[in-house]
Amino acid sequence: MKNAVGRDIPEFLLKDGKEVYQGKNYMDGKFIKKASPTTRRYEKPQESKIVGTIADALKLCGAKSGMTFSFHHHLRDGDYVVNMVMKAAIEELGLEDMTIAATSLGAAHDPIAEYIEQGKVVGIQTSGIRGRMGEVVSAGKLKTPAVIRSHGGRPRAIEAGEVHIDIAFIAAPTSDCVGNCRGIGGKSDCGSMGYAMTDARYADRVVVVTDCLVDFPNMPASIEAIDVDAVVVTDSIGDPKKIASAAARISQNPRDLMMAEDVAKVIASTPYFRDGFSFQTGVGGPSLAANLFLEKFMDEKGIKMGWSIGGICGPMVELLKKGKVGKIIDVQDFDLDAVRSINRTPGHYEMSASQYADPANKGAFVNKLDFVVLAALEIDTDFNVNVLTGSDGVLRGAPGGHPDTAAGSKCCVIVTPLIRGRMATVCEHVVTVTTPGDCVDVLVTDYGIAVNPLRPDLIECLDRAGIKHVPIEELKEKAYSIVGRPDELQWEDRVVAVLEARDGTILDVVRKIKPYTAD
Amino acid sequence: MRIERPAVAGTLESSDAMVTVEPGEGLSLELASSVMNTYGRQIKETVLETLKRLGVEDCFISVVDKGALDCTIKARVECAVFRSCGLSEKDIPWGGEVR
Amino acid sequence: MIPRPRPEKFRLRRTMMFLSAQKPGLIKDAYIYGCDSIMLDLEDAVAENQKDAARFSLYHALTSVDYGDTEVIVRINGLDTPHWQEDVRVCVAGGADGIRIAKCESARDVRTVEAAVLAAEKEFVREEGRTLLMAALESPKGILNAYEICCASDRMFGVAISGGDLRKSLQTSPQRDGIDMLAARGQVILAARAAGIQCFDTVFTDLDDQEGFEAEVRQNKAMGFDGKSLINPRQIRFVHQVFAPTEKEVRQAEKIVRAYREQSAAGVGVFTVDGKMIDIAFIPGAERTLRLAKACGMYGGDLI
Repeated sequence: MKNAVGRDIPEFLLKDGKEVYQGKNYMDGKFIKKASPTTRRYEKPQESKIVGTIADALKLCGAKSGMTFSFHHHLRDGDYVVNMVMKAAIEELGLEDMTIAATSLGAAHDPIAEYIEQGKVVGIQTSGIRGRMGEVVSAGKLKTPAVIRSHGGRPRAIEAGEVHIDIAFIAAPTSDCVGNCRGIGGKSDCGSMGYAMTDARYADRVVVVTDCLVDFPNMPASIEAIDVDAVVVTDSIGDPKKIASAAARISQNPRDLMMAEDVAKVIASTPYFRDGFSFQTGVGGPSLAANLFLEKFMDEKGIKMGWSIGGICGPMVELLKKGKVGKIIDVQDFDLDAVRSINRTPGHYEMSASQYADPANKGAFVNKLDFVVLAALEIDTDFNVNVLTGSDGVLRGAPGGHPDTAAGSKCCVIVTPLIRGRMATVCEHVVTVTTPGDCVDVLVTDYGIAVNPLRPDLIECLDRAGIKHVPIEELKEKAYSIVGRPDELQWEDRVVAVLEARDGTILDVVRKIKPYTAD
Repeated sequence: MRIERPAVAGTLESSDAMVTVEPGEGLSLELASSVMNTYGRQIKETVLETLKRLGVEDCFISVVDKGALDCTIKARVECAVFRSCGLSEKDIPWGGEVR
Repeated sequence: MIPRPRPEKFRLRRTMMFLSAQKPGLIKDAYIYGCDSIMLDLEDAVAENQKDAARFSLYHALTSVDYGDTEVIVRINGLDTPHWQEDVRVCVAGGADGIRIAKCESARDVRTVEAAVLAAEKEFVREEGRTLLMAALESPKGILNAYEICCASDRMFGVAISGGDLRKSLQTSPQRDGIDMLAARGQVILAARAAGIQCFDTVFTDLDDQEGFEAEVRQNKAMGFDGKSLINPRQIRFVHQVFAPTEKEVRQAEKIVRAYREQSAAGVGVFTVDGKMIDIAFIPGAERTLRLAKACGMYGGDLI
């Protein structure tokens, strides 16, 4: 069945009330019955919840084959916890048919690809999927299609009971003996623990894994002991060098800077650019660099930013310290400057993924967002964005908060070079739709700017400011004139991943790719 | 042209291609590309067309492509072939066989 | 092959950005940064054993990349190398707008290259005289011979100072106030202006010293240079800012050109604008100001 972005969704996925994507805000006003976990009572006072090993914790929590384990990705490419837990479950306890429900998976999780190939891991639910795991899932090795959700779509699915977490694992930079966790004060600090919060509340069982045990009570706690069954102390939960970079540096790449300046110009031309405006930007080259130029325009106009959300890094913290932004509300930290600032710099707060982006709760921050600046792997002439699959059709990305912030914000700006190597970023049809075009407003490339025709008001703003823009088709033609028109990817029928829209409808599917061979 | 000895042109940098030619019987192409699924067919065509234009009939050619544009692939193939004949330094038939 | 319009000898050349002809990732779209001219380099940026590969790469870039309004110049290898003749052939065959003669020291050097260019234009059936020339003066001898070099050929549109080697020969090093190059810059500007061609200052290589760069660009403009050679796109914007005319200059130029067109149509040669006497001698300068203003987005009229 064709959905609102023109993608054909196979009928077999449309059961148990699953619908195809119908457009922005389709679910607004509907009701959900929230799921509730079945949790053990700890009535008898306990001195400590510390157990010896991961395997001990798994046994304590009644781990069985066929269960769903959840993880969060604040340790990013430095994470050891996913591999550690799955190894204990599969190799020590001999469990099978496991499902991993992670807020994201990345380069750190290559070993899981092996368990997928062995058929031990049969389900993956995640926002991001990359590296070896992306390759094996794309090759059809995972028994069930992977389910890809945005950062807001995941807590929505958990709250609605569509994802039931049997055991949630919390990678905690610090914890006390009963499981009050914080993201700072240890040796593998990650700052915010926002993505783990919904998991801890909705999982039947919760296991904290830490490499820095601190005195009780570890306050203020990001994950509270009231939700925790067991605490495991290990040598190391991650590689600090890969958890947070020393400092996210603003790009010096002239192309990035050129695009960043255009982004700032576009933002400054809109009526939302007024004192107290709200803003989110990614950490990619041109997105982050937009901060630099935005600050200049803010100074010129004599205004300040009210608040900023999202994954946070140093340059935004710097603006907070200079008094140019009122508050930062933080779901994840990307560098040590941000890690050191959260809950310490006045005005720098932590929030959960649900608070950040969930479309089914009553007050997500994204809904109050004026501007978001985002990157894209591909964007098509309907302004649909792909941040999940490479132009070769292989899974290698993450929707993350992209669809949530795009849908919630008043002005969503995509910034990307027109071509990368021989890949046309602006194309006729994206390989996979991860953010629907009706949520995307402006595209800034190194070859020009295009505004979504759905936003005549923004077109007027740009015209008034004398900012040149062209139809997006023109940018696509320019891209193809340079790199040549790509051949259509060849797919098999097998669906390897299902892309859920943030509201739970089905936005797209990824099928198994038929690779081209020269012979 | 006749491939006289092995020759290489290009690099493995992004947007470039490394082309190696060696004497061989008939044409045999080994292609690896970072954009194989979308441009593999076109790269193959470009390589074979270029060899044909240069009159190369017997050659083993390997192309490791890092997302090079067509014009770069042509340039690398031509340079490798001319190098293999020791003719790459002067009197290139610009606009003739090389175009 | 992408057709390119006939090169213009006198055009806006505030910024000339160097790029290695051997780097496919760079040359495919360097024009997007908005410099007036790009300088594809076959000389210092290309290793000795890659000169041949760079020429193949250059040929296909010249014939298949649409550089639009951006002028495309190629820096060829010095006349003391075995490379320059093939460099000239590929430039002409590929349809480059101009050739930059490296390490030029005399009018004879210019004429040597000119002869090779003419031969190549015949060989590749290009319009004779199409390919422009400019010379880079990199030695005291070149600087002293600046005037004869500037006058050596009708194809010459400009001269550039190349500071690296020159400072060494002069036994000096970069100074904050530019005193190290004062004599050379003065001499080259005098020569270019006397010959009626353009002149360009040398590159500023320390990308971390923005302050020093800005000071040098301001001095270039004050001394009368037409533009500057650049090594990084980041430098383009500031040069364009400094070389932009003032609002007042633009209005004045507009009045002069308009009045001149009206008066000369009526057969009048000398007239007054705002009380100032104006004749034909003012026109090239005023037109130049308008061209600059148009490029800077300050003038949208139709006089230019």
